[in-house]
Amino acid sequence: MATAPRRSGKPAADPAARTRRDHGAWFLVLPALIPILLLSVGPLLYGAGLAFTDAQSGRTRATRFVGLLNFSDLFHDTLFWDSFRIGLGWAFGVTVPQFLLALGLALLLHLPLRLRWLARALAIIPWAMPEVVVGIMWRLVYHPDAGILNETLRGLGLPGADGRDWLSGLATALPAVVVVGIWAGMPQTTVTLLAGLQHVPRELHEAAAMDGAGAWRGFRAVTWPALRPIALSVTALNFIWNLNSFALVFVLTDGGPGGRTRLPMLFAYEEAFRYGQFGYAATMGLALVAVISVLLAFHLAGRLKGADDR
Amino acid sequence: MSGNESGPTGDASTVRRRTATTRTRRRGVAPTARRTATRTGQYAALLAYLAFLAFPFLWLLSTAFKPPREIGSLHPTWIPEAPTLENFRQAFAEQPLWAAAGNSLLAAAVSALLAIALATPMAYVLARCRTRLSRAATGWVVISQAFPLVLVIIPLFLILKGLHLVDSRTGLILVYVVWSLPFALWMLTGYVRAVPAELEEAAAVDGAGRLRTLLSVTAPLLAPGIVATALFAFLTAWNEFFFALVLLKSPGKQTLPVALTHFLGTEGVADLGPLAAAALLATLPSLLLFAVIQRRITGGMLAGAVKN
Repeated sequence: MATAPRRSGKPAADPAARTRRDHGAWFLVLPALIPILLLSVGPLLYGAGLAFTDAQSGRTRATRFVGLLNFSDLFHDTLFWDSFRIGLGWAFGVTVPQFLLALGLALLLHLPLRLRWLARALAIIPWAMPEVVVGIMWRLVYHPDAGILNETLRGLGLPGADGRDWLSGLATALPAVVVVGIWAGMPQTTVTLLAGLQHVPRELHEAAAMDGAGAWRGFRAVTWPALRPIALSVTALNFIWNLNSFALVFVLTDGGPGGRTRLPMLFAYEEAFRYGQFGYAATMGLALVAVISVLLAFHLAGRLKGADDR
Repeated sequence: MSGNESGPTGDASTVRRRTATTRTRRRGVAPTARRTATRTGQYAALLAYLAFLAFPFLWLLSTAFKPPREIGSLHPTWIPEAPTLENFRQAFAEQPLWAAAGNSLLAAAVSALLAIALATPMAYVLARCRTRLSRAATGWVVISQAFPLVLVIIPLFLILKGLHLVDSRTGLILVYVVWSLPFALWMLTGYVRAVPAELEEAAAVDGAGRLRTLLSVTAPLLAPGIVATALFAFLTAWNEFFFALVLLKSPGKQTLPVALTHFLGTEGVADLGPLAAAALLATLPSLLLFAVIQRRITGGMLAGAVKN
């Protein structure tokens, strides 16, 4: 916020000296820049290139350039489109309810309530846990016989809970993993939104209250407009992360039953490391990048707009 | 939110008129009772959230300390009737968990230290110098967070294979270093910005070069931020699964998250106890470390979300 003016508004006494010092700074960049170029930017470009080849693991024939063949295969691959739809469904199913819940919770935690410290302490659990452990933990919860979910439902006298295997049911598997996704990402989203709330100037709320605005109207007129850029950017990022998720669903269902939870990343992983189709898997990755770029534009727009508004 | 005054948005006068009527109506219906109701609703919502957060973890705890007979029971209970450590013993007997924990510790510690060593100088430049590089770096940080990992892992796998570093802890550490660099850079840049540039300029006026200034003025003030960033990089690597799954094949070299998935091999009820025990153990270091640095991370994330 205040960084840009501070930096530009404080010119060094001697501009030439400053330039000299900035040139010296290049050396400080190299230790990080070289690994980034060699092991991050390079592989990304290499990976994008692989999408246009027939690269496979463990064969003797040389890899050939095949043009758009992988893309036309992908376009006709109904399994990929299924997984793409599932991926979108999962990303929407996690991101949207999670945002609404997190927003409500952030508003709640913004109030002077007694148990706020406990919420903060407990929020560490999903945040710090390895995704693999989150998956394992929820498998224990969902377990048909030994799980607490069915036992609780039985206790409440709800029908259909006896021995129901949530993660193996064709209809229940995707909703079941979506709930886990929501659980796992709630704390980050809540904390970010809470931070956004804390940056809404208090005077605006007071002015709104003086005008007789109730809680809802105050939210609509004051809180939401200030929060919107952050909300947009957080939602776009969450959507992207969810679209890219792997470990959680890999542990929960490994894409089953019958591919009902096979997210695009699980599909690409199978193609690459179970069937050795490196080129084709890279094509899937690149196709996802196209979708993600659009979302990223939203995220950046949110950030830039946030900067303009201030 | 009491949520009762909702309605279509109108111009300012309508707003005032409408809220005025609501206020009179409110005054008519005993305002304190209404406020108590709102408060009760708020606490109910908060408690529901706390329960949602806690219950899977409590269930993990409970399962980890239950004997097989209780886990197999058709009516499982929250509190183990005969708590036991047998599951932990069995978990260590079934899988090489100590070796896996050692591998995780090694990969996480070495990659965190390397990432910090590489990122700190660059973060300093990004925070202090207005170059095209800092724009590019910011863009790259965002992009690298958003990429589908499969597009990165295939070429990395091929490159590391060429270097004979597949199924090697060195290869995994290399990947972790590069993988934690963006976030390390991001956090550290924020911490450098928090150090007043005036202090450095004072040192420069006194004739100190940039490196000297960096080491004697900035570094000491930056130390807490560096520690927080290192711990965060450690945690990310400790929890990481995808790269470790793809790159490490020998059971003796695998990290803890990958070792945990071996418990999932058989679906029998009997294996749930050791599974829960091992999962719990793998989480404890993360929970402890995260509790220590949570405030700093939150601060860093906020700075990123709100400012950048």
